[in-house]
Amino acid sequence: MRTFGIALLAIITRETLRYVGQRERFLAALVRPLVWLLVFAAGFRAALGLSIIPPYQTYITYETYIVPGLCGMILLFNGMQTSLSLVYDREMGSMKVLLTAPLPRGWLLFCKLVASTLISTLQAYTFLAIAWLFEIRLDLWGYIAVFPALCISGLMLGALGLAISSQVKQLENFAGVMNFVIFPMFFLSSALYPLWKMAEAGEVLFWICTINPFTHAVELIRFALYLEINLAALGWTSLSLGVFLALALYGYDPARGITRDGK
Amino acid sequence: MKRLLSTLSCFALLAALPATASEIWVTNEHDDTISVIDIETLEVVRTIETGERPRGITFSKDYSVVYVCASDSDTVQVIDPETGEILHDLPSGEDPEQFVLHPDNRHLYIANEDDAITTVVDTVERKVIAQIDVGIEPEGMAVSPDGKIAITTSETTNMAHWIDTETHQLFANTLVDARPRHAEFAKEGSELWVSSEIGGTVTVFAVADQTPLAKISFEIKGVHQDNIQPVGFEFSADGKTAFVALGPSNHVAAVNTETYEVEDYILVGRRVWHMAFSPDHSMLFTTNGVSGDVTVIDVASRTPVKTIKVGRFPWGAAVRP
Repeated sequence: MRTFGIALLAIITRETLRYVGQRERFLAALVRPLVWLLVFAAGFRAALGLSIIPPYQTYITYETYIVPGLCGMILLFNGMQTSLSLVYDREMGSMKVLLTAPLPRGWLLFCKLVASTLISTLQAYTFLAIAWLFEIRLDLWGYIAVFPALCISGLMLGALGLAISSQVKQLENFAGVMNFVIFPMFFLSSALYPLWKMAEAGEVLFWICTINPFTHAVELIRFALYLEINLAALGWTSLSLGVFLALALYGYDPARGITRDGK
Repeated sequence: MKRLLSTLSCFALLAALPATASEIWVTNEHDDTISVIDIETLEVVRTIETGERPRGITFSKDYSVVYVCASDSDTVQVIDPETGEILHDLPSGEDPEQFVLHPDNRHLYIANEDDAITTVVDTVERKVIAQIDVGIEPEGMAVSPDGKIAITTSETTNMAHWIDTETHQLFANTLVDARPRHAEFAKEGSELWVSSEIGGTVTVFAVADQTPLAKISFEIKGVHQDNIQPVGFEFSADGKTAFVALGPSNHVAAVNTETYEVEDYILVGRRVWHMAFSPDHSMLFTTNGVSGDVTVIDVASRTPVKTIKVGRFPWGAAVRP
């Protein structure tokens, strides 16, 4: 049992050190949502209008609306970044060292997932702190309540990254992941506009947005920031986490996946 | 033990008794109703039928009756706040829009928008005691704390008319920016503030000599200047802050009454016109006409905390402690 703990700690330490060592990655991960918050949101402030939808009790600015979505964006990009680093690890050979550790592969992958989620959460909190400096402020308890929501959403998106990385064989293919996973997930969600706006645009779009796990991750974060639990979002995010984790385990199964073609 | 139990049961009984919660009364211009909001629960607890197009609303000083301008019924209605029953109508002249109750708790000064007059009504005798010619489309009404001066602002003439309440004669007329909508005395009656809807300003006058002291302008990031239209305003309990409703800009401005500078803009519903404080002045309730709701502002933090749906086109607001 102790070795399980050691492995978890070792992987978290490695990921953290790697993260701290890559200052550009930290800045890049923050600049992206901040550009959306301070440039995009300012431009669309008047165009998108105002509305009161749960969990909001009153009218809000567009900047306030997109904060949970941008937290989700950080988690999503970080999840995919982890996926990218796994492909890189595999190409460099360090993945083999990790996966040959005398511990169940599932546990090793889970450790990797936990480590990446913790880093994502830290980034999301840094973003919330900067948003606070720009006077987009929430209830103090909201910042605490959002922690589990960020963790569950981070785990779900990280697990998606793992599942994808088990299928992407080369680093060059990663651009495809960006085009076919990140962008549709982000834009076809409630991150940038409420779903009733999507319903106005068309039933099919609305339906896609509704089943998009990223929508539910964002809503889980949004409600938690306002000290509410969105049970539907929690259920859908947890279910997605289970499915993506199962796919990742299946993809990294030694009997198939990466070991089959000798990589 | 018995004593403890009886004390506890007394407390339980007291807790179970309905508390007489304070209320905010809001006139709904297009619904011909008043929505009554419970300040504790921040919910509409009663809806009261009124005459046609209710706008101005004010309580008597002892809160025993509430006066409502039923503009299209050409009357001021007197309502029992307990039962919501219309007790009687007062003669008001045509199209009463706004009014103010004199500190004597007896005389109402009413702006008659269509007739360019200010009507003075004795609420006890229920009769008109004076009609004073003022500018075109009078609306804003105020009475000085000592009761000696009444003000009418006329929307088309762009003036504040100063009325001597003893002689019922105008003794001064002062120009303000376009379409003055609301007037209030401040700093124990030494200043008069007048908002100009189209001009987009609030002008502050020294009451002693009717000279302008300051003109306050507003600017909101991302909102076109034409949409910044100051209408109603109220002063905080300490008199240091004026909260000014800025109409279709959907914001309320917090103005420092010493420096006359705008310190904050607070986002509320669409087309905000008037407002009322809770009895302890900790909350401010704004009437948002187009969105048909009332936004509750936490005065200390100057943040909107909740928006409550009321009737169509809420207009005036008054507090009942």
